[in-house]
Amino acid sequence: MQPTDVSNPDYYHKVVDCQWGCPAHTNVPEYIRLIANGRYTDSFWLNRSSNVFPGILGRTCDRPCEPACRRTRVDGKPVAICRLKRVAADLRDPTDNRLPEIPVVKNGKHIALVGCGPASLTVCNDLMPLGYECTIFEALPRSGGLMRTNIPAFRLPVAVLEEEIDMILDMGVEIHYNTRIDSMKELLEEGYDAIFVGTGAPKGKELNNPGRQEAADNIHIGIEWLEAVHFGHVDSIGERVLVIGVGNTAMDCCRTSKRLGGTDIKVMARKSRPYFKASPWELEDAEEELVDIVENYSPKRFVLEDGRLVGMEFELVSWHKDEESGRLKATVHDTEILPCDDVILAIGQDNAFPWIERDIGIEFNHWDMPEVDRTTFMTTREGIFVGGDAAWGPENIIWAVEHGHQAAISIHNYCQGLSLTEDRPPQDQNLISAKMGMHEWAYSNDYNPSPRQKMKHVELVRRFEELSIEVEMGFDPEQTAREVERCLNCDIQTHFEAKLCIECDACIDICPVHCLTITVNGAEEDLRTRLMAPAENLTQDLMVSEGLPQTGRVMVKDEDLCVHCGLCAERCPTAAWDMRKFELLIPYAGQEAACPTHV
Amino acid sequence: MTYIAKPAVRHPGLGANDLGLHMRDYEGTISTLCAGCGHDSVTAAVIQAFYELSIPPHRIAKMSGIGCSAKTPAYFVNEAHGFNGVHGRMPALATGANAANKDLHYIGISGDGDSLSIGLGQFCHAIRRNVNILYVLENNGVYGLTKGQFSACADVGSRSKRGVPNKSEPIDPVALALTLGATFVARGFSGDKQQLLPLLKAGLMHKGFAFLDVISPCVTFNDHVGSTKSYLYTRHHGHELVPVDFVPIRSEISASYEKGSRTSITMHDGSMVRFRKVPEDYDPTDRLSAYEHYRSLQNRGEVVTGLLYLDPGGEDMHDDNATTPTPLAELSHEDLCPGSEQMDALMEEFR
Repeated sequence: MQPTDVSNPDYYHKVVDCQWGCPAHTNVPEYIRLIANGRYTDSFWLNRSSNVFPGILGRTCDRPCEPACRRTRVDGKPVAICRLKRVAADLRDPTDNRLPEIPVVKNGKHIALVGCGPASLTVCNDLMPLGYECTIFEALPRSGGLMRTNIPAFRLPVAVLEEEIDMILDMGVEIHYNTRIDSMKELLEEGYDAIFVGTGAPKGKELNNPGRQEAADNIHIGIEWLEAVHFGHVDSIGERVLVIGVGNTAMDCCRTSKRLGGTDIKVMARKSRPYFKASPWELEDAEEELVDIVENYSPKRFVLEDGRLVGMEFELVSWHKDEESGRLKATVHDTEILPCDDVILAIGQDNAFPWIERDIGIEFNHWDMPEVDRTTFMTTREGIFVGGDAAWGPENIIWAVEHGHQAAISIHNYCQGLSLTEDRPPQDQNLISAKMGMHEWAYSNDYNPSPRQKMKHVELVRRFEELSIEVEMGFDPEQTAREVERCLNCDIQTHFEAKLCIECDACIDICPVHCLTITVNGAEEDLRTRLMAPAENLTQDLMVSEGLPQTGRVMVKDEDLCVHCGLCAERCPTAAWDMRKFELLIPYAGQEAACPTHV
Repeated sequence: MTYIAKPAVRHPGLGANDLGLHMRDYEGTISTLCAGCGHDSVTAAVIQAFYELSIPPHRIAKMSGIGCSAKTPAYFVNEAHGFNGVHGRMPALATGANAANKDLHYIGISGDGDSLSIGLGQFCHAIRRNVNILYVLENNGVYGLTKGQFSACADVGSRSKRGVPNKSEPIDPVALALTLGATFVARGFSGDKQQLLPLLKAGLMHKGFAFLDVISPCVTFNDHVGSTKSYLYTRHHGHELVPVDFVPIRSEISASYEKGSRTSITMHDGSMVRFRKVPEDYDPTDRLSAYEHYRSLQNRGEVVTGLLYLDPGGEDMHDDNATTPTPLAELSHEDLCPGSEQMDALMEEFR
């Protein structure tokens, strides 16, 4: 293998699995260390620099970081990254305001944004400090988009939501509520310098089985129903409720039903548990509230009596893989009618762009979605950008935030006459030794064997009293103290300088997980079989040094299970190994190069 | 020294040995030696050898005297028996322990100071008695614990860290062991575990006195230019005369046999030592031949390594003295102390 080029920020970035997995590349290990030091406010602002909504995301994020977390591979459970973020948001000093100053004299560029969800808000967050004027058009009477209407208050208190949204709106964003944009053409005619579409995926999918029209009064579309609950238009539901679908929206629907009078609630899944779309923790929380999750029931028809919904018929199915197509095929064994008072459909969301004329230069693909460039977020019509769920279908909040950051860079470049591709500021890295003394490091390198801390919940009887009682109580100080120490500090990199190595084997002998080997170089497939421990996780890189001075062999490190204990560096007599703190420098709109985040 | 404990995690891809134990179960406490010390590498190889041989930790006895090397038994196989004795007196302790319980696996760890200065007499007599032990001499040419004075095996002309050359003739432990009649004589290098590991395993399985000299550089006092015991010098002047593989009993050996590979020697328990490469006119089971080869290469300035001499005869001190088949430690009190009547009867015989 060629020697690994660690001057490319991607190499060390990838070692920080959580940060690499986070769409917005939040500096997770650093913010966890700040929490460990009691620096909640610093931790909050570090979070905010990349993910913009720490308090909201600390409760609702889909957590792509956690399945990626190295700790999972070491002891089975990831660090509770998401809920630690909430600790920082909850305990920060609210009087310590570090928002950038907004220029009084504007730069003369005016941006229109359609929809006031996380994507649009992030664009405003990045552009307002540069002197742009931003105007948001929102169809609903409130801000926040699906963050507000689709996430029930028992998961995300309104106060938290509004505080973080207001940080952005208070930068001087002009917002028009109850203003649905019906024509892109008309909006274009108003002469904005750029337009950003952040309208989300606002249309719940239909289930047109027999009886759908006749029983319409008691059949609800999940996201619309959640929105109606949020705005107080709906405050009750029948006792027996069937929720169709088993994604995260279904989890919010069944748990909301529990709070509006439902007593017998079943979530109906067509497939079995391994295929469920809902996050495992959301399933867990629903089941804790005694919601039934029924597998392998495929909806057949709505059953009516006297024009009223009384039940729903299902086919009981089993699944097998079709050898030819490789797809799953169902075999029906039986049918069953389950009685119910209401049905909620939560089987997915679609985008809807009836308001964008098809003759104004925005090309639509065969899914009837606008063609959006994956890097620039611009449509085929210059000056019109799309981000969030509106771009490529439903994702989650953290993706919308990252889309917003990238779109803001593009909008800025576009308005300043710069290239959207060539003039995009590149990522960079800082690499600073963490050595503080003979055997002291600027991080807690002692491995803590604690198990993942369990989130405490409000008692079952109490939590159903009101829709707005937040179920999760957050980590208490003891739990926080234990959980932060579970973090393996993957950003403190094992940095190797081949020319200093005397091949004494000290690092190899001390490594608790046998991830280091000195051997003769070879092709990657071959090297992976010749290491101290089998390197079978192909998603994790091998770091290969240049030839070592004494024998010409190479130092190979399998990044997979390194617990970043720093013992290789402690036992190295020549400081060929050093522990270096890696900081990914992420550029935002208006920055020519990425700047370190000073906290 | 390192303050944190070695994290209690292990690579899930690494299996267990025949006893169901993992390699990490054979570790000791974390080393307090200088970072980069060759002795730590020897320790790591010892751990691996015991693990791969599936020797139960409680059937191991670790013996040592005084010195940097003597500290190392604390760093491997925590569950084993151990005795850290007086300077240079490890051979006597090991002889005593072995006399009492011949069924344990004995490993003695010593250094060039411990074995070749204060304990030279002890060392010689343990060889003479053919005690069943693997005697590892961690050889770095200096007294590291007292800040780097030349030891008795420092080569003439080797320079100290201050640049002063050594003028005294060295005591060569390998030549000494060969001439004193050791039944297993080998030399390894801490910087080459591929070679060291089979030597350790063969030595542990050898019945009788197995002597293993390991060039183990002192990274603090003897790893500079001018030293003849540094990592660099050993790598540049090392000459692997007789590379071996250790083939444990029960394992399939035919498949891995290269055509034309030379000798293989069956040990007393059925395991095998296979010599991968032996020079034409050299017989590693012939003491004189081994000595001649060793001396001639040494005169050319080469650091000779490998399994230089092996007598697989399989006899030790207990055979020479016709002791009881049951270890003394396991005999009942009645058998060990038959009482004054037996004593009187014995005395009667001599009247």
